[in-house]
Amino acid sequence: MTQAVPPILSVTPSRALVDEKFQVLVENLPPGCPVTLCSLHRSEDKDDWEAYGHYVSDHRGVVSVSEDLSFGGTYTGKEPMGLLWSMRPVPGSRKGLRLRKINVCTPMLVNISVHSGHEGFRDRTPLASALAERWYMAPGVKRIDINKQGVQGTLYIPPGPGPFPALLDMWGGGAGLLEYRSALLASRGYVSFSLDYLWSEYLSADVEFKYFETAFNIIRNHSQVIPDRVGILGSSLGSMVAFDLTAYSTIIKPRCIVCISSNHYHPPGTTLKAGFKILSKHFHKAHFDENNHMSWRSFALDLIADPSNNVEVGRINCPMLLVNGCDDQNWPTVETAEEVARLLREGGKEHLLSRLAYPGAGHLIEPPFSPHFRATKFIILNSKEKVILLWGGHTKAHSDAQEDSWRKILSFLQLHLYHSPSVKANL
Amino acid sequence: MDRKQCCVKLSVQPSRGLMDEKFIVLVQNALPGSQLTIRALHQCEDGHSWEAFGHYTADTTGTINEDPSIHGTYSGVEQMGLLWSLRPIPGSKPGLRMRKKNIQTPMEVTVSVYQGHQTEGFADLVPLSGVVVERWYMAPGVRRIPVTEGGLTATLFLPSGPGPFPGLLDLWGGGGQLVEYRAALLASHGFASMAIDYLTSKFTMKTGKMVDNQYFETAYRVLQQHPQVCGSKIAMIGLSFGTSMTLKMAIYSEVIKLSAAVCISGSHVQPVEGSVEEIMGFFQKNAGKTRFNEKNEVIWRDLLLPISTDPSLKADVGRLQCPLLLVVGEDDQNWPAQESALDIKEMMARAGNSHLLTVLSYPNAGHLIEPPYTPHARSSTFKTVEIQEKVMCLWGGQTVEHFRAQEDAWKKILVFLRENLYGGRKPTSFSHL
Repeated sequence: MTQAVPPILSVTPSRALVDEKFQVLVENLPPGCPVTLCSLHRSEDKDDWEAYGHYVSDHRGVVSVSEDLSFGGTYTGKEPMGLLWSMRPVPGSRKGLRLRKINVCTPMLVNISVHSGHEGFRDRTPLASALAERWYMAPGVKRIDINKQGVQGTLYIPPGPGPFPALLDMWGGGAGLLEYRSALLASRGYVSFSLDYLWSEYLSADVEFKYFETAFNIIRNHSQVIPDRVGILGSSLGSMVAFDLTAYSTIIKPRCIVCISSNHYHPPGTTLKAGFKILSKHFHKAHFDENNHMSWRSFALDLIADPSNNVEVGRINCPMLLVNGCDDQNWPTVETAEEVARLLREGGKEHLLSRLAYPGAGHLIEPPFSPHFRATKFIILNSKEKVILLWGGHTKAHSDAQEDSWRKILSFLQLHLYHSPSVKANL
Repeated sequence: MDRKQCCVKLSVQPSRGLMDEKFIVLVQNALPGSQLTIRALHQCEDGHSWEAFGHYTADTTGTINEDPSIHGTYSGVEQMGLLWSLRPIPGSKPGLRMRKKNIQTPMEVTVSVYQGHQTEGFADLVPLSGVVVERWYMAPGVRRIPVTEGGLTATLFLPSGPGPFPGLLDLWGGGGQLVEYRAALLASHGFASMAIDYLTSKFTMKTGKMVDNQYFETAYRVLQQHPQVCGSKIAMIGLSFGTSMTLKMAIYSEVIKLSAAVCISGSHVQPVEGSVEEIMGFFQKNAGKTRFNEKNEVIWRDLLLPISTDPSLKADVGRLQCPLLLVVGEDDQNWPAQESALDIKEMMARAGNSHLLTVLSYPNAGHLIEPPYTPHARSSTFKTVEIQEKVMCLWGGQTVEHFRAQEDAWKKILVFLRENLYGGRKPTSFSHL
């Protein structure tokens, strides 16, 4: 009895950080053989996510995802990482899902498999499969729960003697505490503090402001942090906090800030939750698309038209990087960035600003190769009402934006937090 | 240059790799032209510390990348020098050898950069930067399955995926024990590999008796019958005494039908009709030929020399029907691998089956030709199952050449196995896809 020897599928590297590329290779196929490469991931919420591409092997019986073109599936064309960024919930899944890893001490497991043929590939058992581990934490990164001076969050520290430059890392509303970006930043050499700031009700805007200043100082005073190399990275609502702190604080001075999906709407004297209440009063003006997904963009545009509602970003004196998607349906982030540019220009400080605006990208600009979510379930902070919010973006364009922006964010941080401009080559 | 450098960035890519994968060490943001030491530190399972280091000079952009080490435990442009030149830290016990027992966890290496060209006292210095690197024997998804069926003491490693996979029987040498790391690594390359303990099996420890030849045939059957193993594609790999058993099974067993055999640092000299016990007895008879070098290290290579002309004392390689890959270290002080290889070549030429033979012979490589990027032991304390006391055994090999031999041999072993176990496909045989 001769058994057929299967094709050989390899994923290199099999263990990598989530922002690193891999090469998926299938060998030992017959030449000119139609196959489908498929990826499968079971999330912590027990939902199944998948991506797939249709390929044809060459005369040597090889399919290389890095070199060859996909002719159909969840992605097409030459896409080395398509099996990750084009993932979406398998048919029949619940609606409005979002993929986010909560426990970052373990890797994300992705099963890559090769199936014969194109149509109906799922009905056939795979010819071969390989498991890839995608990590948020590099070896040696330390995770520390922080509950100090009333401030809560999680601190990630890179391996090595230190001290290191550091970041205050803030996400937006409706997500709970997300640690994965901080874990990844620590893996890239920054002490990173993922701040939990939406769990409590503050008595006043001043008390809330002090919470953020205290958080910044906890980082600044940490034994493994270089005190004058602390920056802020905020996305969505977090970017508003970044603008706010940098513009108004007299006691903290970030060395630089990165604002992803820029938002500078903050009616003076309001806490974040009070601000949300004001926002929710405008929900009746929200636009609902053909899928009944809710977009805040148009009424938000009206809100920020009144400058008295916004953070006075013209007061900012440190380098800023703004990263936005032109198809953002949640917030007028590109318009916000233009306003920031105008205000800085007026103050002769436009040289401090770098702006990235990506056509076809939406609101949720995350580290690269993670799936794109055009709309997801969202719980309104005050009312606990469940809606499906439209974030925007078209998958391929959005994924390209994630890949490009992450590289540029890291390069911006390296320039401002690692390099000492005063010590140039003096050989 | 006394001023402490700020924010030197060190990275090792990939930070998690397989034991046989290369990495790239990159230093950035150092002061241009500054002298730096890159050092690796590893604490093995026995608690001993191992270190390696290289001395570098940062270029005009403050970078060290693919640059030569001027001095250290390795010199020149050596991408993997921080691993293969590891040696026990000063003050360690003599005769150490690094071997991982628990292959389900990674080998952790701390790689650090120090200011200046340092050669000692690293424990008292604060590095400029440091990272942790993990080196794995098992790829994600590889399954480890202990095997006790049929009285075996063995471990099966299955690659991830549905299979079926070609199979591999993996034998080590006279020290016995169940050594799993090579089989784990081979499974990570797509071979269902079974590491077998044939000298200190549970049966032997309980009864005091050595296993018989059926033991190996049982292992073959268990592997062949496994639902995820391609029964018609099984090979055998043996090192040292494992070579003797591999050749015996490949040539004489009625049950075992190998698609290929790999014999590392071994010989075909053995009583042809002999069991494991009898073969060991044969070596013992020649124990008088044991030599010692000036350090009183034991040289056993003469025990089988000169190569016998008596056909009853040599496995009849002329009868081999499967491809054979011989790996030889020309400075092997433990077995006469080179002389044996020459004799094997002659015998196969006379028999007309030398088209099956490939010999890889490495000048200045020693006996322990293992998967690459682990330290070289020119000698180490050793206890065979016959001799109950530990001796300092001379394996041979010069570190740099031995490393190059390991790297080259491993690559070629993988290609040989892949060609003979995965290859030979004809397009027409896949019309059912």
